[in-house]
Amino acid sequence: MASLTWIDFTIMLVYVAFVLGIGWVLKRMMRTSTDFFLSGRSIPAWITGLAFISANLGAQEVIGMGAQGAKYGILTSHFYWVGAIPAMVFVGIFMMPYYYGSRARSVPEYLKLRFDEKTRGLNAISFAVMTVMSSGVSMHAMGELSGVLLGDKVAGYDTYTLSIAISAVIILFYIFAGGLTSAIYNEVLQFFLIVFGFLPLAYLGLRDIGWWTGLKERLAEVAVHSTPPLPPDAYTASWSHLAHPSQNPMGIEWFGLVMGLGFVLSFGYWCTDFLVVQRAMAADSMAAARRTPLIAAVPKMFFPFLVILPGMVALVTAPRLIDSTVTAKAFVVGEDGKPMVKGIIPPKIDPITGQPERNDKGQVVWNYDRATPMMLVNYFPAGLLGLGLTALLASFMSGMAGNVTALNTVWTFDIYQSYIHRGASDHHYLWMGRCATVAGIALSIAAAYVAKQFNNIMDLLQLVFAFVNAPLFATFALGMFWRRSTGHGAFWGLLSGTAAAAVHHGISLPAGAVAGVKGGYLRVLTHYPSEMAQNFWTAIYAFTTCLIVSIVISVLTRPRPAEDLKGLVYSLTPRPDEGEMPWYKRPATLAIAVLAITVALNFIFY
Amino acid sequence: MNVDIRIPIGGMFSIIGLALAGYGLGTAGNSELYARSLGINVNLWWGLAMFAFGATMFYFGRRKKSRQ
Repeated sequence: MASLTWIDFTIMLVYVAFVLGIGWVLKRMMRTSTDFFLSGRSIPAWITGLAFISANLGAQEVIGMGAQGAKYGILTSHFYWVGAIPAMVFVGIFMMPYYYGSRARSVPEYLKLRFDEKTRGLNAISFAVMTVMSSGVSMHAMGELSGVLLGDKVAGYDTYTLSIAISAVIILFYIFAGGLTSAIYNEVLQFFLIVFGFLPLAYLGLRDIGWWTGLKERLAEVAVHSTPPLPPDAYTASWSHLAHPSQNPMGIEWFGLVMGLGFVLSFGYWCTDFLVVQRAMAADSMAAARRTPLIAAVPKMFFPFLVILPGMVALVTAPRLIDSTVTAKAFVVGEDGKPMVKGIIPPKIDPITGQPERNDKGQVVWNYDRATPMMLVNYFPAGLLGLGLTALLASFMSGMAGNVTALNTVWTFDIYQSYIHRGASDHHYLWMGRCATVAGIALSIAAAYVAKQFNNIMDLLQLVFAFVNAPLFATFALGMFWRRSTGHGAFWGLLSGTAAAAVHHGISLPAGAVAGVKGGYLRVLTHYPSEMAQNFWTAIYAFTTCLIVSIVISVLTRPRPAEDLKGLVYSLTPRPDEGEMPWYKRPATLAIAVLAITVALNFIFY
Repeated sequence: MNVDIRIPIGGMFSIIGLALAGYGLGTAGNSELYARSLGINVNLWWGLAMFAFGATMFYFGRRKKSRQ
């Protein structure tokens, strides 16, 4: 689709050279397991902060948010301003003292220290499985996208296989050599690359359609002409139309959004997912660890403009500048002789018939995932296009590297050291970590090929994540703030919360969906106006169930003695001493500033 | 870790920025190429911006090193 020239390839090669070079240089500094898995706990806050956000910023984010922007408009910003920032502030201020102070080497290890072995085991195994699947799905998405952008074959090799093979080798090398430090350094590199790669896209897209005013006008057209018709600012107002699901493109109402997304799902991910928490654990001091998520929150606040806006522009611009060969391949020509597009978004093509897919109402199903890539191809000339594609490549790699480093740590300490081979030398565990890196990547590749076979694997994965993450925050919050909670309570709370999620999903069905992956596989007892609404409510029920079961069982079982829990629970830990720090360096100051700006952003786009 | 991260970041962005700006200079008259980016020579301008960023990063990274 995109004809790449020598300058595009040069930029990609320079990036790859630096990524490998960083790994190479860091290799000789990896002497102990703490060096390899935790960067020797010596990284300054600004670096861990950027790595924190970058590990989260896999291509699922970059492309996914573009897709959501095209589908839902500015409402997508809720995933950031409601669904991330508050949780990030919370984990920095209130939870990092326990993660960092406990000297746990992983999130499951914190659970072992605070609760017991079985809670650790449950968390470690579910995290390990999900992280491998997530890595595989990422790889698969990258392979597919490479095929779309570069054609099915490059230099005689199958593009899908080639892109997976090359990225796997690169990631394997730099993590094997330099461990977490290598991953962190490359994540910071990738962060800046993503910013530089996508800023011009937002600029050019907005300039082309008349900036925010022009975007608003054109999106109003789309809103008013949709079936059923939406209010004209449905795509550009983030809170005004959340009173009722039929008034906004997401089909949600504010309570489900705030509690389901803003609280349960958001806190469940940012406060407990080892992939991001690991970066804060590598910080060089307690204050730095607490500032890490706060520093990460700053770019996170502004990322909607970088990744969501181009998706919104994709909805209302036109593919006039893509050359005819591209048009013929990417777009199906409709009955009027013109390519079938919604803005520059192509339809989803049924692989068997070669025709656009249609939903049960006969309407074309649009391939929103193509929004961001089509924008890149539409607006970037050779040269900048190379930069944009390298930024996409970087975002895939930072996500996958994050998965692999989290996996090799959880495997080595929480599974291998705990259950298979205790008491070996540090050198042995370092070696194990390296083996786990190789195995982790191999498993990810296998998972990618599994994802390739099943159409619905991404939906399935999202589901499993939601089932497992939703109750997690209840467990951690109880663990950190209620000394009376016990291991039995935590373990059964987690299990029942996950079961509750599965059951709720099984008895509900979103509008227009068929029973199966989308829900209703037990017996349809209730309907939701949209998948999002169903997800949010599943999360709420899962969280509540976990909370109640944990509390009840904790009260009925014997707690650990207070001396064991020192430094692990709020009421048994001395307040971190910030007496000598000037006000502008205190985490609390940064937290207040971040929250204030986020509230302001919500007001501006109300 | 005694490798300051600003050095490789600075280095990479300086090189890429320079390459992009150079290409932009070389293709400056090509209106067909820049029709996509609304007639603006993005390669040149953005290349220069990236180079400036890279050079600044590199400078601060080196300055810290020589101070130690």
